[in-house]
Amino acid sequence: MSWKEILTAFNTIFIKEILRFSRIWIQTILPPAITMTLYFVIFGNLIGKAIGEMDGFKYIDYIVPGLIMMSVITNSYSNVVSSFFSSKMHGHIQELLISPTPNIVILLGFVAGGVARGLGVGIVVTIVSLFFTKMDIQHPVITLVIVLLTSILFSIAGFINAIYAKTFDAMNIIPIFILTPLTYLGGVFYSIHMLSPFWQNVSLFNPVLYMVNGFRYGILGVSDISPSASFTLIVVFIVILFSFAMYLLTKGIGLRE
Amino acid sequence: MSDTPTTQQIDSPPPALLISNLKKTYDNGFIALKGIDLCIQQGDFFALLGANGAGKSTTIEAICSLVNKTAGSIEIFGHNIDSERDLAKSFIGLVPQEFNFNIFEPVIEIIVNQAGYYGIERKEAFRRAEVLLKRLDLWGKRKEKALNLSGGMKRRLMIARALIHKPQLLILDEPTAGVDIEIRRTMWAFLSSLNAAGTTIILTTHYLEEAENFCHNIAILDKGEVIENTSMKQLLSRLQTEKFVLNLKEPLSELPQCNDFIMSLRDSNTLEVALDKGRSLNLMFEFFSKHNIRVMSMRNKNNRLEELFMGLIDNNKGVKT
Repeated sequence: MSWKEILTAFNTIFIKEILRFSRIWIQTILPPAITMTLYFVIFGNLIGKAIGEMDGFKYIDYIVPGLIMMSVITNSYSNVVSSFFSSKMHGHIQELLISPTPNIVILLGFVAGGVARGLGVGIVVTIVSLFFTKMDIQHPVITLVIVLLTSILFSIAGFINAIYAKTFDAMNIIPIFILTPLTYLGGVFYSIHMLSPFWQNVSLFNPVLYMVNGFRYGILGVSDISPSASFTLIVVFIVILFSFAMYLLTKGIGLRE
Repeated sequence: MSDTPTTQQIDSPPPALLISNLKKTYDNGFIALKGIDLCIQQGDFFALLGANGAGKSTTIEAICSLVNKTAGSIEIFGHNIDSERDLAKSFIGLVPQEFNFNIFEPVIEIIVNQAGYYGIERKEAFRRAEVLLKRLDLWGKRKEKALNLSGGMKRRLMIARALIHKPQLLILDEPTAGVDIEIRRTMWAFLSSLNAAGTTIILTTHYLEEAENFCHNIAILDKGEVIENTSMKQLLSRLQTEKFVLNLKEPLSELPQCNDFIMSLRDSNTLEVALDKGRSLNLMFEFFSKHNIRVMSMRNKNNRLEELFMGLIDNNKGVKT
């Protein structure tokens, strides 16, 4: 395929993915907006007043970056895992597998779709948050880079999950039992400095902590982790997971018997 | 002999499909293909027949890179599917046995997206989709979700999808399963015209009369092996006896004596005749005229290919046991 044809194939997958989640916006865009509104009302306004300040910020201001990042992570992941897995289950992944579309384009197309939904939901949640707090972004470039890379990372992770999953139950194991605990324990609602030294050290093994704090640094200018450590960790994970996803696609694991 | 290729060798086009020693063993240990060799020339209309589980679908899936082969090589128009994967794939169009499109997508999107995977730009894809959908009588349904189509329409949608990138090798895996006779005829007329225009077609079907009517060459698979690979004409010429069913004008209570062919009465107005290969039908009609038996209509009792097919499968069973 020529570069032009490859670009056409990529655009086709990307547009198809955007149309897919846009068509079912009641399932894909609306729920995170409602959930986050509840978080803002309950944790931010009601409980937040009792908590007071954290790292020099009102509690609601402190948790906004983490809540936005949480929406980006879960939506990037779930978009790719559900789309690719249902393509596999219903057989229409064969449309792609018999075509000359290179494997890397298939991966990039689905990841781009995941990023589109992740960032789309992130924007919606950000708009919702503006009803509860003012947002004065301290480092816009860092904010954008961290959120974009995190979205890419979790889209690739969702792709790998979809390749391995053989049932709808299996598809949900990682999000429920791994992703959700890591996100909730990833410093969305608290600073790790509130923890004992032991649990602070344990928390450093949670990759989501680096993403949430990198993003918080971009928006508020404060973080438990240095932004360069966040950036490095996300990039390293992207390289590892991307290579692994390409390996799975090339070998046909989970796709071709 | 000289190793230098002759002009004819240089000029002769590569086969549409060349399969050498294709083997497939699934992870559970089931050996689906035991070393298949096939050569299908460009422009052929080729029947790939076999009972359920014979290895037809696995062969097709290996050709289309939908299963990983265990051993062997596959070339599409001279391009190896391992070393020139993307190029080899661009020649193939597949109409699979099962409906495998996204039923929640509109018809036009399914086709245009498929074109996109082959690098065809959206504008051109829409133009081609219009031509194909009109030819296959689906244009009026282009905005409908595939979910709402009838079985026959879904089959035609899969044909349109397989043809959107103008493949030179079209593989039809039981394309007429569950399709009513009227649509089946329209589909065959369309596919015959495609073949006449130069598209090589490989067909698997359980309707053997379709294979007999349309295919020039045939391979029969049984238990993962090719047990027959020849021209349709040659295969049919092996038939030793042909059976006919005749409808008679007047009822017949007793059969006249005949030494040239075997007759039996199905009922008083229906006669079955078994005629050996090489015997003229005139012989039969002369006999009926002589005995004042008036024939109103006549048809083959069984499909000829079906008889041969069953014979070959039975023979293969005998060899195995």
